[in-house]
Amino acid sequence: MEIIVTTRTGERVTIAPNGATTFLEVIREAGIDELLALCGGCCSCATSHVHVEEAFLDRLPPIGSDEDDLLDSSEQRCAGSRLSCQVPISDTLDGVSVTIAPED
Amino acid sequence: MQMRYDVLIVGAGHGGAQAALALRQLKFAGSVALLGDEPDPPYERPPLSKEYFSGEKSFERILIRPPTFWPERNIELLLGRRVAAVHPAEHRIALSDGAHLGYGKLIWATGGAPRRLSCSGSNLRGVHSVRTRADADRMLAETIRARNIVVIGGGYIGLEAAAVLAKIGKHVTVLEAMDRVLARVAGEPLSRFYEAEHQAHGVDIRLNAQMDCLIGKDGWVSGVRMADGSILSADMVVVGIGIVPAVEPLATAGAAGVNGVEVDQFCRTSLPDIYAIGDCAIHANPFASTQKIRLESVQNANDQAIIAVKHIMGEPTPYHSVPWFWSNQYDLKLQTIGLNLGYDDIVMRGDPANRSFTLVYLNQGRVIALDCVNSVKDYVQGKALVLVHATPDKSRLSNCEIPLKTLAT
Repeated sequence: MEIIVTTRTGERVTIAPNGATTFLEVIREAGIDELLALCGGCCSCATSHVHVEEAFLDRLPPIGSDEDDLLDSSEQRCAGSRLSCQVPISDTLDGVSVTIAPED
Repeated sequence: MQMRYDVLIVGAGHGGAQAALALRQLKFAGSVALLGDEPDPPYERPPLSKEYFSGEKSFERILIRPPTFWPERNIELLLGRRVAAVHPAEHRIALSDGAHLGYGKLIWATGGAPRRLSCSGSNLRGVHSVRTRADADRMLAETIRARNIVVIGGGYIGLEAAAVLAKIGKHVTVLEAMDRVLARVAGEPLSRFYEAEHQAHGVDIRLNAQMDCLIGKDGWVSGVRMADGSILSADMVVVGIGIVPAVEPLATAGAAGVNGVEVDQFCRTSLPDIYAIGDCAIHANPFASTQKIRLESVQNANDQAIIAVKHIMGEPTPYHSVPWFWSNQYDLKLQTIGLNLGYDDIVMRGDPANRSFTLVYLNQGRVIALDCVNSVKDYVQGKALVLVHATPDKSRLSNCEIPLKTLAT
């Protein structure tokens, strides 16, 4: 199981999730420090925004209405936008590529 | 030999942690230490009265960064240490264990200590506040055997704790000295809504409650004596009546400020090379008509940390962040944007009966803040109205069919 993360500086990092339960936790455990995630992952802010590779989008749980509304606050929203704290890790996501959204 | 750090951060909460992170993100090459009086590496405090308290999240999951992160970034954690004195002229602090540390720049990010009851019985066992992991752990351990729990203070912390305790079947009474809960922070419609929600979950909300003291048996709290002599039985008491800013060493060293430390728009105190951020920093906030305030929130701690760091890095940027805040109780997600200080009118969007609505606070017709309950769309779109000081037509503002983003002019 591997996840490929591209940072804001363009660095590509391959990560094996080690007990992490969400994309946010995987990214943080790999020492990537670009996501503020200020509300601690309770879906009250929009500071854990990532772009998920489109081929994998239909394997993610559907976007919740709160998450959808929060993402609307970002100028960087695109088709693959998700809040990384809201996306659980599962085996079907092996090999997925995730890019940290640029800062608003 | 006395250790010296180029930047020494006192206080390892949200603000202090963010200051250390921001220094390294902005490629600060000097030495950095983060000193805190608790034994744990930086963790998130809001879950202490929510997901951590309810058991939904383990402690590991509320750490701000994994423990290995700090040494990897060359940030020295000095945990379980407390500052006794600050010597600004010598750029040195003295710790309570007798050690001395030198600094180039000092960032004071100590937040505050929970305000304690001044009445008799406040030192009994079973009387708790919720500020640290240790507080929450002690309370959790005792919750198991407690049946009757009295929460003193109907602010956010008290109500969040009441929500968790009511959900696990405890008999909870909230004592609020004012005539409504959330009286200091929210408009009356929000207070009445939360009172009704708590009552629907079996919480006994007592307004205008005048307590006399706490009474105990064998050193443990057993009840609350009210001013009229009646006694409320209590196996446990949770006190949520605000904080006292932890600034004594700075104040003794001559820093300006009453009930906090005054800072300028770059978070500088009146003492040379000493900054203050977060809950303890009194600042002129552009979203409070530049009134001088303290703001107790993650947003403020985080954003002021970045302002202080940018000033240290030679990129001075005045503090100008829109305040935001959240509180989760039961299935209610409250999100606030802006500051409602000095509001003279409130417009209701939606119907509280649907458990999804927004209060818009106005001052002389200008939007200054929104409280959004299960109404994330209004929270997101309302920010623009606060930023531009929008003056929308009130009948359009109250019509929730009209998206707020169309009113941001």
